[in-house]
Amino acid sequence: MSIPESWYIVFATVLFCISIAGIFINRKNVIVLLMCIELMLLAVNTNFVAFSRFLGNPGGQVFVFFILTVAAAESAIGLAIVVLMFRNRRTINVGELDSLRY
Amino acid sequence: MISVNDLLVMLPELYLTAAACLVLLFDVFINDDQRDATHWVATIVMVVAIFLVIHGQTPQTVTAFGGMFIRDHMAEILKVTVMIATILMFVLARPWLKDRKLFVGEFYSLSMFSVLGVMLLVSAGSLITVYLGLELFSLPAYALVAMNRESKLASEAAIKFFVLGALASGLLLFGMSLIYGATGTLDLHRIFLAIGTTSHLHLLEFGLVFLVVGIGFEFGAVPFHMWLPDVYEGAPTPIAMYISAVPKLAAVGLAYRLLEVGMGPLAMDWRVMLAIMAALSLVVGNVVAIAQTNFKRMLAYSTISHMGFVFLALSNPTPEGYSSAVFYAVCFALMETVAFGVILALSRKGFECEMIADLKGLNHRSPWFAGMMAISMFSLAGIPPLWGFAAKVLVLKAAIDGGMLWLAIVAIICAIIGLFYYLRVVKVMYFDAPVAGTEPLVAKPDLAARWLLSINALGLIAMIAGSGVFYSWCLAAFGA
Repeated sequence: MSIPESWYIVFATVLFCISIAGIFINRKNVIVLLMCIELMLLAVNTNFVAFSRFLGNPGGQVFVFFILTVAAAESAIGLAIVVLMFRNRRTINVGELDSLRY
Repeated sequence: MISVNDLLVMLPELYLTAAACLVLLFDVFINDDQRDATHWVATIVMVVAIFLVIHGQTPQTVTAFGGMFIRDHMAEILKVTVMIATILMFVLARPWLKDRKLFVGEFYSLSMFSVLGVMLLVSAGSLITVYLGLELFSLPAYALVAMNRESKLASEAAIKFFVLGALASGLLLFGMSLIYGATGTLDLHRIFLAIGTTSHLHLLEFGLVFLVVGIGFEFGAVPFHMWLPDVYEGAPTPIAMYISAVPKLAAVGLAYRLLEVGMGPLAMDWRVMLAIMAALSLVVGNVVAIAQTNFKRMLAYSTISHMGFVFLALSNPTPEGYSSAVFYAVCFALMETVAFGVILALSRKGFECEMIADLKGLNHRSPWFAGMMAISMFSLAGIPPLWGFAAKVLVLKAAIDGGMLWLAIVAIICAIIGLFYYLRVVKVMYFDAPVAGTEPLVAKPDLAARWLLSINALGLIAMIAGSGVFYSWCLAAFGA
Protein backbone atom coordinates (compact mmCIF):
# COMPACT_ATOMS: atom_id res chain seq x y z
CA MET A 1 0.00 0.00 0.00
CA SER A 2 1.47 3.34 -0.96
CA ILE A 3 1.69 6.24 1.48
CA PRO A 4 -1.23 8.67 0.89
CA GLU A 5 -0.65 12.32 0.03
CA SER A 6 -2.07 13.59 3.29
CA TRP A 7 0.68 11.91 5.30
CA TYR A 8 3.26 14.01 3.53
CA ILE A 9 1.36 17.20 4.23
CA VAL A 10 0.99 16.28 7.90
CA PHE A 11 4.69 15.41 8.12
CA ALA A 12 5.72 18.70 6.49
CA THR A 13 3.36 20.68 8.69
CA VAL A 14 4.75 19.02 11.83
CA LEU A 15 8.32 19.81 10.72
CA PHE A 16 7.27 23.38 10.01
CA CYS A 17 5.63 23.80 13.41
CA ILE A 18 8.72 22.39 15.16
CA SER A 19 10.90 24.92 13.39
CA ILE A 20 8.61 27.86 14.20
CA ALA A 21 8.43 26.73 17.83
CA GLY A 22 12.22 26.43 17.84
CA ILE A 23 12.62 30.00 16.64
CA PHE A 24 10.29 31.42 19.26
CA ILE A 25 11.09 29.20 22.27
CA ASN A 26 14.87 29.07 21.84
CA ARG A 27 16.55 31.60 24.13
CA LYS A 28 20.02 30.08 24.15
CA ASN A 29 21.90 29.95 20.91
CA VAL A 30 21.76 31.72 17.56
CA ILE A 31 23.08 28.61 15.77
CA VAL A 32 19.87 26.82 16.81
CA LEU A 33 17.93 29.60 15.09
CA LEU A 34 19.82 28.92 11.87
CA MET A 35 19.05 25.21 12.21
CA CYS A 36 15.37 26.00 12.68
CA ILE A 37 15.39 28.12 9.52
CA GLU A 38 16.92 25.23 7.58
CA LEU A 39 14.32 22.86 9.02
CA MET A 40 11.57 25.22 7.90
CA LEU A 41 12.89 25.20 4.34
CA LEU A 42 13.12 21.40 4.42
CA ALA A 43 9.48 21.20 5.47
CA VAL A 44 8.60 23.34 2.46
CA ASN A 45 10.72 21.12 0.22
CA THR A 46 8.94 17.99 1.44
CA ASN A 47 5.64 19.61 0.58
CA PHE A 48 6.77 20.63 -2.88
CA VAL A 49 8.22 17.23 -3.73
CA ALA A 50 5.17 15.37 -2.46
CA PHE A 51 2.74 17.62 -4.35
CA SER A 52 4.90 17.43 -7.45
CA ARG A 53 4.84 13.62 -7.33
CA PHE A 54 1.10 13.37 -6.79
CA LEU A 55 0.19 16.04 -9.33
CA GLY A 56 2.58 14.58 -11.91
CA ASN A 57 3.99 18.08 -12.45
CA PRO A 58 7.77 18.56 -12.35
CA GLY A 59 7.57 22.29 -11.48
CA GLY A 60 7.60 21.68 -7.74
CA GLN A 61 10.78 19.66 -7.90
CA VAL A 62 12.48 22.38 -9.93
CA PHE A 63 11.44 24.87 -7.26
CA VAL A 64 13.07 22.62 -4.64
CA PHE A 65 16.44 22.94 -6.40
CA PHE A 66 16.15 26.72 -6.22
CA ILE A 67 15.16 26.61 -2.55
CA LEU A 68 18.13 24.37 -1.71
CA THR A 69 20.53 26.70 -3.49
CA VAL A 70 19.16 29.82 -1.88
CA ALA A 71 19.17 28.09 1.53
CA ALA A 72 22.90 27.46 1.13
CA ALA A 73 23.51 31.14 0.35
CA GLU A 74 21.25 32.15 3.20
CA SER A 75 23.07 30.06 5.79
CA ALA A 76 26.41 31.35 4.52
CA ILE A 77 25.27 34.92 5.21
CA GLY A 78 23.67 33.90 8.50
CA LEU A 79 26.84 32.21 9.77
CA ALA A 80 28.93 35.20 8.68
CA ILE A 81 26.68 37.49 10.73
CA VAL A 82 26.93 35.10 13.71
CA VAL A 83 30.74 35.19 13.51
CA LEU A 84 30.60 38.98 13.36
CA MET A 85 28.34 39.06 16.38
CA PHE A 86 30.62 36.75 18.33
CA ARG A 87 33.63 38.96 17.55
CA ASN A 88 31.83 42.08 18.70
CA ARG A 89 30.01 40.77 21.73
CA ARG A 90 31.83 37.55 22.74
CA THR A 91 28.51 35.73 22.96
CA ILE A 92 25.95 34.19 20.64
CA ASN A 93 23.31 33.92 23.31
CA VAL A 94 19.89 35.00 22.03
CA GLY A 95 18.87 36.20 25.50
CA GLU A 96 21.71 38.73 25.51
CA LEU A 97 20.60 40.34 22.25
CA ASP A 98 18.96 43.18 24.11
CA SER A 99 20.82 46.40 23.38
CA LEU A 100 18.18 47.37 20.82
CA ARG A 101 14.86 47.56 22.52
CA TYR A 102 12.23 50.07 23.23
CA MET B 1 11.87 27.97 -25.87
CA ILE B 2 13.83 31.06 -24.98
CA SER B 3 13.90 33.55 -27.81
CA VAL B 4 16.06 36.63 -28.24
CA ASN B 5 12.97 38.73 -27.63
CA ASP B 6 12.73 37.31 -24.12
CA LEU B 7 16.22 38.60 -23.40
CA LEU B 8 15.32 42.03 -24.76
CA VAL B 9 12.28 42.23 -22.48
CA MET B 10 14.51 41.94 -19.44
CA LEU B 11 17.34 44.06 -20.83
CA PRO B 12 17.52 46.43 -17.81
CA GLU B 13 17.89 43.46 -15.46
CA LEU B 14 20.54 41.79 -17.60
CA TYR B 15 22.37 45.09 -17.88
CA LEU B 16 22.31 45.63 -14.12
CA THR B 17 23.53 42.07 -13.45
CA ALA B 18 26.51 42.57 -15.72
CA ALA B 19 27.16 46.08 -14.43
CA ALA B 20 27.04 45.04 -10.76
CA CYS B 21 29.56 42.27 -11.42
CA LEU B 22 31.79 44.69 -13.33
CA VAL B 23 31.63 47.29 -10.55
CA LEU B 24 32.70 44.58 -8.10
CA LEU B 25 35.58 43.65 -10.39
CA PHE B 26 36.50 47.27 -11.12
CA ASP B 27 36.76 48.01 -7.42
CA VAL B 28 39.35 45.25 -6.95
CA PHE B 29 41.78 46.98 -9.29
CA ILE B 30 41.80 50.45 -7.74
CA ASN B 31 43.45 51.84 -4.61
CA ASP B 32 41.57 52.94 -1.54
CA ASP B 33 42.12 56.63 -2.33
CA GLN B 34 40.58 56.21 -5.79
CA ARG B 35 37.34 54.82 -4.44
CA ASP B 36 35.44 57.88 -5.67
CA ALA B 37 35.74 56.32 -9.13
CA THR B 38 33.69 53.31 -7.98
CA HIS B 39 31.14 55.68 -6.54
CA TRP B 40 30.66 57.59 -9.77
CA VAL B 41 30.71 54.48 -11.94
CA ALA B 42 28.02 52.89 -9.75
CA THR B 43 25.92 56.06 -9.83
CA ILE B 44 26.17 56.38 -13.61
CA VAL B 45 25.30 52.69 -14.00
CA MET B 46 22.10 53.30 -12.04
CA VAL B 47 21.24 56.39 -14.11
CA VAL B 48 21.70 54.39 -17.31
CA ALA B 49 19.52 51.62 -15.86
CA ILE B 50 16.72 54.17 -15.33
CA PHE B 51 17.02 55.20 -18.98
CA LEU B 52 16.92 51.57 -20.10
CA VAL B 53 13.73 50.94 -18.12
CA ILE B 54 12.05 54.07 -19.48
CA HIS B 55 13.34 53.57 -23.01
CA GLY B 56 12.20 49.95 -23.16
CA GLN B 57 8.66 50.60 -22.10
CA THR B 58 5.80 49.61 -24.37
CA PRO B 59 2.14 50.53 -24.12
CA GLN B 60 1.07 46.95 -23.50
CA THR B 61 2.20 44.38 -20.95
CA VAL B 62 4.98 42.10 -22.20
CA THR B 63 5.83 38.71 -20.76
CA ALA B 64 8.96 36.65 -21.24
CA PHE B 65 10.23 33.15 -20.42
CA GLY B 66 6.82 31.54 -20.63
CA GLY B 67 5.16 34.07 -18.34
CA MET B 68 7.79 33.94 -15.59
CA PHE B 69 8.76 37.54 -16.16
CA ILE B 70 6.19 40.31 -16.65
CA ARG B 71 7.01 43.83 -17.71
CA ASP B 72 4.15 46.22 -17.13
CA HIS B 73 3.78 49.85 -16.13
CA MET B 74 3.45 49.09 -12.43
CA ALA B 75 6.80 47.27 -12.49
CA GLU B 76 8.37 50.15 -14.42
CA ILE B 77 7.13 52.82 -11.99
CA LEU B 78 8.41 50.83 -9.01
CA LYS B 79 11.75 50.05 -10.67
CA VAL B 80 12.42 53.68 -11.56
CA THR B 81 11.58 54.84 -8.04
CA VAL B 82 13.78 52.16 -6.47
CA MET B 83 16.67 53.27 -8.65
CA ILE B 84 16.11 56.95 -7.85
CA ALA B 85 16.13 56.11 -4.13
CA THR B 86 19.33 54.08 -4.57
CA ILE B 87 21.06 56.91 -6.43
CA LEU B 88 20.04 59.28 -3.63
CA MET B 89 21.50 56.82 -1.12
CA PHE B 90 24.77 56.55 -3.07
CA VAL B 91 25.27 60.29 -3.29
CA LEU B 92 24.05 61.22 0.20
CA ALA B 93 25.95 58.39 1.87
CA ARG B 94 29.39 59.14 0.41
CA PRO B 95 30.57 61.78 2.95
CA TRP B 96 29.09 59.75 5.81
CA LEU B 97 30.83 56.55 4.71
CA LYS B 98 34.16 58.33 4.20
CA ASP B 99 34.10 59.74 7.73
CA ARG B 100 33.63 56.28 9.18
CA LYS B 101 36.10 54.32 7.05
CA LEU B 102 33.14 52.42 5.57
CA PHE B 103 33.70 53.76 2.06
CA VAL B 104 34.18 50.35 0.44
CA GLY B 105 33.36 48.90 -2.97
CA GLU B 106 31.12 46.16 -1.59
CA PHE B 107 28.61 48.79 -0.53
CA TYR B 108 27.95 49.64 -4.17
CA SER B 109 27.87 46.14 -5.62
CA LEU B 110 25.73 44.76 -2.78
CA SER B 111 23.25 47.61 -3.20
CA MET B 112 23.09 47.01 -6.92
CA PHE B 113 22.43 43.29 -6.47
CA SER B 114 19.74 44.15 -3.97
CA VAL B 115 18.11 46.53 -6.46
CA LEU B 116 18.29 43.76 -9.06
CA GLY B 117 16.34 41.54 -6.67
CA VAL B 118 13.65 44.20 -6.34
CA MET B 119 13.44 44.50 -10.13
CA LEU B 120 12.90 40.75 -10.49
CA LEU B 121 10.42 40.69 -7.64
CA VAL B 122 8.16 43.42 -9.01
CA SER B 123 8.24 41.79 -12.46
CA ALA B 124 7.63 38.25 -11.23
CA GLY B 125 5.10 36.12 -13.07
CA SER B 126 5.64 32.87 -11.23
CA LEU B 127 6.13 31.77 -7.64
CA ILE B 128 9.76 30.84 -8.43
CA THR B 129 10.56 34.34 -9.68
CA VAL B 130 8.83 35.87 -6.66
CA TYR B 131 10.95 33.79 -4.30
CA LEU B 132 14.23 34.33 -6.14
CA GLY B 133 13.64 38.09 -6.41
CA LEU B 134 12.80 38.31 -2.74
CA GLU B 135 15.94 36.45 -1.69
CA LEU B 136 18.19 38.30 -4.13
CA PHE B 137 16.87 41.50 -2.63
CA SER B 138 17.16 40.48 1.04
CA LEU B 139 20.46 38.59 1.18
CA PRO B 140 22.57 41.63 0.18
CA ALA B 141 20.44 43.75 2.50
CA TYR B 142 21.39 41.56 5.50
CA ALA B 143 25.05 41.98 4.60
CA LEU B 144 24.62 45.75 4.18
CA VAL B 145 23.09 46.10 7.65
CA ALA B 146 26.14 44.32 9.10
CA MET B 147 28.48 46.48 7.02
CA ASN B 148 29.90 48.34 10.02
CA ARG B 149 31.89 45.42 11.39
CA GLU B 150 32.98 47.19 14.57
CA SER B 151 29.49 48.10 15.73
CA LYS B 152 27.74 45.93 18.30
CA LEU B 153 24.39 47.47 17.48
CA ALA B 154 24.79 46.82 13.75
CA SER B 155 25.58 43.14 14.26
CA GLU B 156 22.62 42.75 16.56
CA ALA B 157 20.36 44.51 14.07
CA ALA B 158 21.72 42.29 11.30
CA ILE B 159 21.04 39.04 13.14
CA LYS B 160 17.51 40.14 14.02
CA PHE B 161 16.87 41.25 10.45
CA PHE B 162 18.30 37.99 9.15
CA VAL B 163 16.32 35.65 11.41
CA LEU B 164 13.01 37.44 10.92
CA GLY B 165 13.61 37.90 7.20
CA ALA B 166 14.35 34.19 6.82
CA LEU B 167 11.28 33.38 8.90
CA ALA B 168 9.20 35.60 6.61
CA SER B 169 10.46 33.94 3.44
CA GLY B 170 9.92 30.53 5.05
CA LEU B 171 6.30 31.39 5.82
CA LEU B 172 5.83 32.75 2.32
CA LEU B 173 7.32 29.56 0.85
CA PHE B 174 5.11 27.32 2.96
CA GLY B 175 2.10 29.22 1.66
CA MET B 176 3.40 28.87 -1.88
CA SER B 177 3.82 25.10 -1.46
CA LEU B 178 0.20 24.73 -0.30
CA ILE B 179 -1.07 26.87 -3.17
CA TYR B 180 0.99 24.79 -5.58
CA GLY B 181 -0.56 21.67 -4.10
CA ALA B 182 -4.07 23.06 -4.49
CA THR B 183 -3.71 24.42 -8.02
CA GLY B 184 -0.95 22.29 -9.55
CA THR B 185 0.93 25.20 -11.10
CA LEU B 186 3.57 27.75 -10.14
CA ASP B 187 2.51 30.33 -12.72
CA LEU B 188 0.60 33.19 -11.08
CA HIS B 189 -1.83 33.66 -13.96
CA ARG B 190 -2.59 29.93 -14.12
CA ILE B 191 -3.11 29.90 -10.35
CA PHE B 192 -5.69 32.66 -10.87
CA LEU B 193 -7.49 30.52 -13.47
CA ALA B 194 -7.18 27.30 -11.46
CA ILE B 195 -8.76 28.75 -8.32
CA GLY B 196 -12.20 28.63 -9.94
CA THR B 197 -11.98 24.91 -10.65
CA THR B 198 -9.99 23.55 -7.72
CA SER B 199 -11.58 21.21 -5.21
CA HIS B 200 -8.98 21.97 -2.51
CA LEU B 201 -10.34 25.31 -1.37
CA HIS B 202 -9.29 24.77 2.25
CA LEU B 203 -5.69 24.09 1.27
CA LEU B 204 -5.77 27.22 -0.85
CA GLU B 205 -7.11 29.43 1.93
CA PHE B 206 -4.62 27.98 4.39
CA GLY B 207 -1.85 28.85 1.95
CA LEU B 208 -3.28 32.32 1.47
CA VAL B 209 -2.97 33.04 5.21
CA PHE B 210 0.74 32.19 5.04
CA LEU B 211 1.18 34.43 2.01
CA VAL B 212 -0.48 37.35 3.79
CA VAL B 213 1.71 36.81 6.87
CA GLY B 214 4.83 36.76 4.68
CA ILE B 215 3.73 39.96 2.94
CA GLY B 216 3.02 41.54 6.34
CA PHE B 217 6.59 40.74 7.40
CA GLU B 218 8.02 42.33 4.26
CA PHE B 219 6.04 45.51 4.84
CA GLY B 220 6.71 45.52 8.57
CA ALA B 221 3.00 45.75 9.35
CA VAL B 222 1.75 45.12 12.89
CA PRO B 223 1.86 42.37 14.28
CA PHE B 224 4.90 41.47 12.16
CA HIS B 225 6.77 44.72 12.73
CA MET B 226 9.24 43.67 15.46
CA TRP B 227 12.29 43.77 13.23
CA LEU B 228 11.74 47.23 11.78
CA PRO B 229 12.63 49.57 14.70
CA ASP B 230 15.68 47.49 15.64
CA VAL B 231 17.01 47.50 12.09
CA TYR B 232 16.47 51.24 11.67
CA GLU B 233 18.25 51.99 14.93
CA GLY B 234 21.10 49.52 14.60
CA ALA B 235 21.89 49.72 10.89
CA PRO B 236 24.28 52.34 9.49
CA THR B 237 22.17 55.40 8.62
CA PRO B 238 22.52 55.13 4.80
CA ILE B 239 21.42 51.50 4.99
CA ALA B 240 18.52 52.47 7.24
CA MET B 241 17.57 54.95 4.50
CA TYR B 242 17.68 52.13 1.93
CA ILE B 243 15.68 49.77 4.16
CA SER B 244 13.10 52.49 4.78
CA ALA B 245 12.49 53.25 1.10
CA VAL B 246 13.22 50.32 -1.19
CA PRO B 247 11.66 47.26 0.52
CA LYS B 248 8.35 49.09 0.82
CA LEU B 249 8.22 49.61 -2.93
CA ALA B 250 9.20 45.99 -3.47
CA ALA B 251 6.54 44.85 -1.03
CA VAL B 252 3.81 46.73 -2.94
CA GLY B 253 4.88 44.86 -6.07
CA LEU B 254 5.00 41.59 -4.12
CA ALA B 255 1.53 42.12 -2.68
CA TYR B 256 0.04 43.00 -6.08
CA ARG B 257 1.61 40.05 -7.85
CA LEU B 258 0.73 37.44 -5.24
CA LEU B 259 -2.63 38.71 -4.07
CA GLU B 260 -4.15 40.20 -7.21
CA VAL B 261 -2.43 38.46 -10.12
CA GLY B 262 -2.32 35.11 -8.30
CA MET B 263 -5.02 35.00 -5.64
CA GLY B 264 -7.43 37.54 -7.14
CA PRO B 265 -10.55 35.34 -6.91
CA LEU B 266 -10.03 35.09 -3.13
CA ALA B 267 -9.97 38.89 -2.74
CA MET B 268 -12.88 38.82 -0.31
CA ASP B 269 -10.77 36.70 2.06
CA TRP B 270 -7.48 38.57 1.93
CA ARG B 271 -8.89 42.08 1.97
CA VAL B 272 -10.22 41.51 5.48
CA MET B 273 -6.80 40.31 6.68
CA LEU B 274 -5.12 43.33 5.12
CA ALA B 275 -7.70 45.67 6.64
CA ILE B 276 -7.05 44.29 10.13
CA MET B 277 -3.29 44.66 9.69
CA ALA B 278 -3.85 48.19 8.38
CA ALA B 279 -5.85 49.20 11.46
CA LEU B 280 -3.31 47.66 13.86
CA SER B 281 -0.36 49.27 12.07
CA LEU B 282 -1.99 52.68 12.08
CA VAL B 283 -2.77 52.57 15.79
CA VAL B 284 0.42 50.91 17.08
CA GLY B 285 2.77 52.81 14.77
CA ASN B 286 1.43 56.25 15.60
CA VAL B 287 1.00 55.72 19.34
CA VAL B 288 4.39 54.10 19.96
CA ALA B 289 6.19 56.71 17.83
CA ILE B 290 5.12 59.38 20.33
CA ALA B 291 7.20 57.74 23.07
CA GLN B 292 10.45 57.63 21.07
CA THR B 293 13.50 59.75 21.79
CA ASN B 294 15.70 58.24 19.09
CA PHE B 295 14.94 59.90 15.76
CA LYS B 296 15.65 56.79 13.67
CA ARG B 297 13.44 54.67 15.91
CA MET B 298 10.70 57.29 15.67
CA LEU B 299 10.95 57.13 11.88
CA ALA B 300 10.65 53.35 12.13
CA TYR B 301 7.36 53.56 14.00
CA SER B 302 6.19 56.26 11.61
CA THR B 303 7.05 53.84 8.78
CA ILE B 304 4.86 51.21 10.43
CA SER B 305 1.96 53.67 10.51
CA HIS B 306 2.53 54.57 6.85
CA MET B 307 2.46 50.89 5.97
CA GLY B 308 -0.97 50.94 7.55
CA PHE B 309 -1.97 53.46 4.88
CA VAL B 310 -0.52 51.27 2.11
CA PHE B 311 -2.47 48.28 3.45
CA LEU B 312 -5.57 50.45 3.62
CA ALA B 313 -5.12 51.12 -0.08
CA LEU B 314 -4.34 47.49 -0.94
CA SER B 315 -7.38 46.22 0.93
CA ASN B 316 -9.49 47.62 -1.93
CA PRO B 317 -9.05 45.20 -4.83
CA THR B 318 -9.81 47.86 -7.44
CA PRO B 319 -7.49 49.72 -9.86
CA GLU B 320 -7.98 52.82 -7.66
CA GLY B 321 -6.85 50.87 -4.59
CA TYR B 322 -3.71 49.50 -6.24
CA SER B 323 -2.74 52.72 -7.93
CA SER B 324 -3.12 54.72 -4.72
CA ALA B 325 -0.94 52.10 -2.99
CA VAL B 326 1.77 52.54 -5.60
CA PHE B 327 1.39 56.32 -5.41
CA TYR B 328 1.68 56.22 -1.61
CA ALA B 329 4.72 53.92 -1.61
CA VAL B 330 6.56 56.06 -4.18
CA CYS B 331 5.75 59.25 -2.29
CA PHE B 332 6.71 57.67 1.04
CA ALA B 333 10.08 56.47 -0.27
CA LEU B 334 10.99 59.96 -1.48
CA MET B 335 9.92 61.55 1.84
CA GLU B 336 12.05 59.11 3.83
CA THR B 337 15.13 59.86 1.72
CA VAL B 338 14.84 63.53 2.73
CA ALA B 339 14.46 62.77 6.46
CA PHE B 340 17.39 60.34 6.46
CA GLY B 341 19.39 62.55 4.10
CA VAL B 342 19.27 65.46 6.55
CA ILE B 343 20.45 63.38 9.51
CA LEU B 344 23.17 61.88 7.29
CA ALA B 345 24.31 65.39 6.44
CA LEU B 346 24.29 66.52 10.07
CA SER B 347 26.32 63.56 11.31
CA ARG B 348 30.08 63.73 11.07
CA LYS B 349 33.18 62.04 12.37
CA GLY B 350 32.62 60.93 15.95
CA PHE B 351 29.08 62.30 16.09
CA GLU B 352 25.89 60.56 15.04
CA CYS B 353 22.84 62.78 14.74
CA GLU B 354 20.39 60.18 16.01
CA MET B 355 18.39 61.54 18.91
CA ILE B 356 15.55 64.00 18.43
CA ALA B 357 17.35 66.20 20.98
CA ASP B 358 20.36 66.40 18.63
CA LEU B 359 18.21 68.55 16.34
CA LYS B 360 17.67 71.23 18.98
CA GLY B 361 18.10 74.74 17.61
CA LEU B 362 18.95 73.46 14.14
CA ASN B 363 17.32 76.52 12.60
CA HIS B 364 19.93 78.81 14.16
CA ARG B 365 22.85 76.75 12.90
CA SER B 366 21.65 75.63 9.51
CA PRO B 367 18.31 77.08 8.40
CA TRP B 368 18.34 75.32 5.03
CA PHE B 369 18.71 71.86 6.52
CA ALA B 370 16.11 72.68 9.17
CA GLY B 371 13.81 73.78 6.36
CA MET B 372 14.29 70.54 4.44
CA MET B 373 13.68 68.46 7.54
CA ALA B 374 10.53 70.50 8.21
CA ILE B 375 9.30 69.88 4.64
CA SER B 376 9.88 66.16 5.11
CA MET B 377 8.11 66.09 8.48
CA PHE B 378 5.12 68.10 7.21
CA SER B 379 4.90 65.88 4.17
CA LEU B 380 5.04 62.70 6.26
CA ALA B 381 2.33 64.16 8.47
CA GLY B 382 0.23 64.88 5.38
CA ILE B 383 -0.12 68.65 5.64
CA PRO B 384 -1.75 70.20 2.55
CA PRO B 385 0.66 71.89 0.17
CA LEU B 386 2.97 68.87 0.20
CA TRP B 387 3.08 65.61 -1.70
CA GLY B 388 2.33 63.43 1.31
CA PHE B 389 -1.07 65.11 1.54
CA ALA B 390 -1.99 64.08 -2.01
CA ALA B 391 -0.96 60.50 -1.28
CA LYS B 392 -3.10 60.35 1.87
CA VAL B 393 -6.12 61.86 0.10
CA LEU B 394 -5.93 59.36 -2.75
CA VAL B 395 -5.67 56.40 -0.36
CA LEU B 396 -8.60 57.65 1.73
CA LYS B 397 -10.68 58.25 -1.38
CA ALA B 398 -9.97 54.75 -2.68
CA ALA B 399 -10.83 53.30 0.73
CA ILE B 400 -14.12 55.17 1.03
CA ASP B 401 -15.10 54.26 -2.54
CA GLY B 402 -14.20 50.66 -1.79
CA GLY B 403 -16.52 50.51 1.20
CA MET B 404 -13.84 50.69 3.90
CA LEU B 405 -15.30 53.76 5.58
CA TRP B 406 -14.57 52.59 9.16
CA LEU B 407 -10.94 52.02 8.31
CA ALA B 408 -10.67 55.42 6.64
CA ILE B 409 -11.97 57.02 9.83
CA VAL B 410 -9.40 55.09 11.89
CA ALA B 411 -6.71 56.27 9.47
CA ILE B 412 -7.72 59.92 9.79
CA ILE B 413 -7.77 59.77 13.60
CA CYS B 414 -4.37 58.08 13.63
CA ALA B 415 -2.93 60.62 11.19
CA ILE B 416 -3.99 63.36 13.61
CA ILE B 417 -2.29 61.53 16.48
CA GLY B 418 0.75 61.20 14.23
CA LEU B 419 0.91 64.96 13.74
CA PHE B 420 2.09 65.26 17.33
CA TYR B 421 5.45 63.61 16.88
CA TYR B 422 6.17 65.12 13.49
CA LEU B 423 5.43 68.59 14.79
CA ARG B 424 7.57 67.90 17.87
CA VAL B 425 10.59 67.52 15.60
CA VAL B 426 9.73 70.86 13.96
CA LYS B 427 9.31 72.46 17.38
CA VAL B 428 12.68 71.11 18.57
CA MET B 429 14.37 72.51 15.46
CA TYR B 430 12.79 75.95 15.47
CA PHE B 431 11.86 76.83 19.06
CA ASP B 432 14.33 75.02 21.30
CA ALA B 433 17.64 76.56 22.22
CA PRO B 434 20.61 74.31 21.58
CA VAL B 435 21.86 72.64 24.76
CA ALA B 436 24.91 74.48 26.07
CA GLY B 437 28.11 72.47 25.99
CA THR B 438 27.05 70.09 23.24
CA GLU B 439 29.05 69.94 20.07
CA PRO B 440 27.87 72.43 17.46
CA LEU B 441 25.91 71.08 14.52
CA VAL B 442 27.62 71.95 11.29
CA ALA B 443 26.17 70.60 8.12
CA LYS B 444 28.87 70.30 5.48
CA PRO B 445 28.11 67.54 3.03
CA ASP B 446 29.70 67.65 -0.36
CA LEU B 447 28.17 69.67 -3.14
CA ALA B 448 26.48 66.80 -4.99
CA ALA B 449 24.81 65.58 -1.81
CA ARG B 450 23.64 69.08 -0.91
CA TRP B 451 22.11 69.69 -4.34
CA LEU B 452 20.47 66.31 -4.62
CA LEU B 453 18.97 66.56 -1.15
CA SER B 454 17.63 70.04 -1.93
CA ILE B 455 16.08 68.85 -5.19
CA ASN B 456 14.53 65.90 -3.35
CA ALA B 457 13.06 68.18 -0.66
CA LEU B 458 11.78 70.80 -3.11
CA GLY B 459 10.38 67.97 -5.20
CA LEU B 460 8.06 67.15 -2.33
CA ILE B 461 6.52 70.60 -2.76
CA ALA B 462 6.61 70.65 -6.55
CA MET B 463 5.12 67.18 -6.93
CA ILE B 464 1.81 68.31 -5.48
CA ALA B 465 1.30 69.93 -8.90
CA GLY B 466 2.34 66.73 -10.69
CA SER B 467 0.17 64.50 -8.54
CA GLY B 468 -2.66 64.34 -11.04
CA VAL B 469 -0.38 63.29 -13.89
CA PHE B 470 1.43 60.75 -11.75
CA TYR B 471 -1.81 59.31 -10.45
CA SER B 472 -3.13 58.90 -13.97
CA TRP B 473 0.05 56.95 -14.84
CA CYS B 474 -0.57 54.73 -11.83
CA LEU B 475 -4.20 54.23 -12.86
CA ALA B 476 -3.16 53.41 -16.41
CA ALA B 477 -0.73 50.83 -15.03
CA PHE B 478 -3.65 48.96 -13.53
CA GLY B 479 -5.80 49.22 -16.62
CA ALA B 480 -8.29 51.85 -15.48
